[in-house]
Amino acid sequence: MDNSGFVEISAMGECSVVIKFNDKIDIKTHLAISALGEYLDNNPFKGMIEYVPAFVSMTIFYNPLEVIRSVESQKELENKTAYEIVADKVKNIVNNIGKDSKVISRIVEIPVCYGGEFGPDLEYVAKYNNISKEKVIDIHSSCDNRVYMIGFAPGFPYLAGMSDKIAVPRKNTPRLCIPAGSVGIAGSQTGVYPISTPGGWQLIGQTPLELFKPDSDIPSIIKAGDIVRFKAISKAEYYDFKFRNQGELKWA
Amino acid sequence: MGIEILSPGLQTSIQDLGRYGLRKYGVIVSGAMDSFAHRVANILVGNDEGEATLEITLLGPKILFKEDTLISICGGNLSPKINNKLIPMWRPIYIKKNSILSFGENTQGARAYLAFAGSFAVDTVMGSKSTYLRAKIGGYNGRKLESGDMLNIEAPSAVSMKIINELLKVKGMKDYYYPKWGVSTSILPKYNSNSIIHVVKGGEFDFFCDSSKQNFFCKSYLITPQSDRMGYRLKGDLLELNRPMEMLSEAVALGTIQVPPDGNPIILLADRQTTGGYPKIAQVISIDIPIMAQRKPGDKINFKEITLREAEGLYIQREKDIKDLKNSLKIKFY
Repeated sequence: MDNSGFVEISAMGECSVVIKFNDKIDIKTHLAISALGEYLDNNPFKGMIEYVPAFVSMTIFYNPLEVIRSVESQKELENKTAYEIVADKVKNIVNNIGKDSKVISRIVEIPVCYGGEFGPDLEYVAKYNNISKEKVIDIHSSCDNRVYMIGFAPGFPYLAGMSDKIAVPRKNTPRLCIPAGSVGIAGSQTGVYPISTPGGWQLIGQTPLELFKPDSDIPSIIKAGDIVRFKAISKAEYYDFKFRNQGELKWA
Repeated sequence: MGIEILSPGLQTSIQDLGRYGLRKYGVIVSGAMDSFAHRVANILVGNDEGEATLEITLLGPKILFKEDTLISICGGNLSPKINNKLIPMWRPIYIKKNSILSFGENTQGARAYLAFAGSFAVDTVMGSKSTYLRAKIGGYNGRKLESGDMLNIEAPSAVSMKIINELLKVKGMKDYYYPKWGVSTSILPKYNSNSIIHVVKGGEFDFFCDSSKQNFFCKSYLITPQSDRMGYRLKGDLLELNRPMEMLSEAVALGTIQVPPDGNPIILLADRQTTGGYPKIAQVISIDIPIMAQRKPGDKINFKEITLREAEGLYIQREKDIKDLKNSLKIKFY
């Protein structure tokens, strides 16, 4: 990958730096951000606290004092700010990992029971697009959905890759409570709600998987960079999964 | 043993310095709104500065001590009292069993931090004891404290014991003991600073129209009642962009000032979401977050721009002040 064309580094206050790779979403940008994340996982710099990947940018949070301390000599410091030190470091990293990094995406399969009480808006989505409910399920469960970022709520994945054939506008009035595990569509985006929250998405089904587990070391089973595939299951399978597996992750 | 909450006050919750390392999974940081007061309160009782404290908001609780306990109270002045007698803030206080801590008038600030020597016997959730009220995560059963709650406090450090021994030597005290010294006011955040909040420019500052850029720094902004631990919603001259912009969501930070399409700025605080899609006009500098946290709805604030280099210098000075405070206590008690 060649990222040298467009990389802007800027400060967000004195404790974080934003690395912008592009101004529109594309797969190349996403992979460059994933590669940077993987590099930082394995080689965190001194003073780094954590990072948050997004659609076209990566933000790194750091402790300025620790960053300054990580520079050995006053001569090397040259009156630089912590921000300048971090920006230099990041520039180097981005230039060096660009060429030969290969990001291998995990595939996460999410079982979904479509329609009925789990997907009260399935019929509306079908009617809106002039296709059958079965066709909606077919299309929805055959797309590869890339996880561009996690945000909005704990474990909530922003996905891209759904077919426009099942796109539908949001509800005029948001529901006050969408149950955890709900799978919905808003515009040409699909998503799955890890925790119960208000929301305006059209709901087409529900997964028995527990996507957000506050008691685990890694509380979200989905991370940025993954590919999500939805798999249609029956009601019986839904309850079977829910009560037997208690939300174990299945790999495709 | 430990403490019993006789009445909870408006919003009393367990907070530490927050959840880190999990923002990429959308996990909200939370933690003490005024992290300076929180850290100093811990240091004064011989705790690690990241130990959990009680964050007390505007109306304080009433707390019964079921054993002799070393505490300190820092931050906003909510007129703390032991057995109805006012006690000083910003210093350790050793309280005898069966005493009652209560609070009175709110004379300055909005949030007080009550530290106890030792640590709360509550679960650590995703690396932190902080309560994230919205998702009912962490702290005491994920919620603010209520009447009848019993909190156990475990294992005061050796330093805490030494502080207690020193305080017991102070003459002329009965129900509670405190030293003649307190934290020097010179290192405290400028809580009464004519409401000036220092900022550096935000990522989208240049996309705002000239008059909005000017107004942002010249006019006062009012903190509205729709303000909480997640963020403060402000009202003042509307901030407008040169032209509407479609932004892709990206990470936000503590103190980010974002401007939704209605033009009223929002300052993101402890319980902020991890990402946002609104233009960011400015970023409150770290050392002014405690000042922000001590402002309340109805207060007015003014923004003043400083450079990134100045902001960094102030950050480093603040850390040095806290280290000096630790060292001076070390000389006394270690």
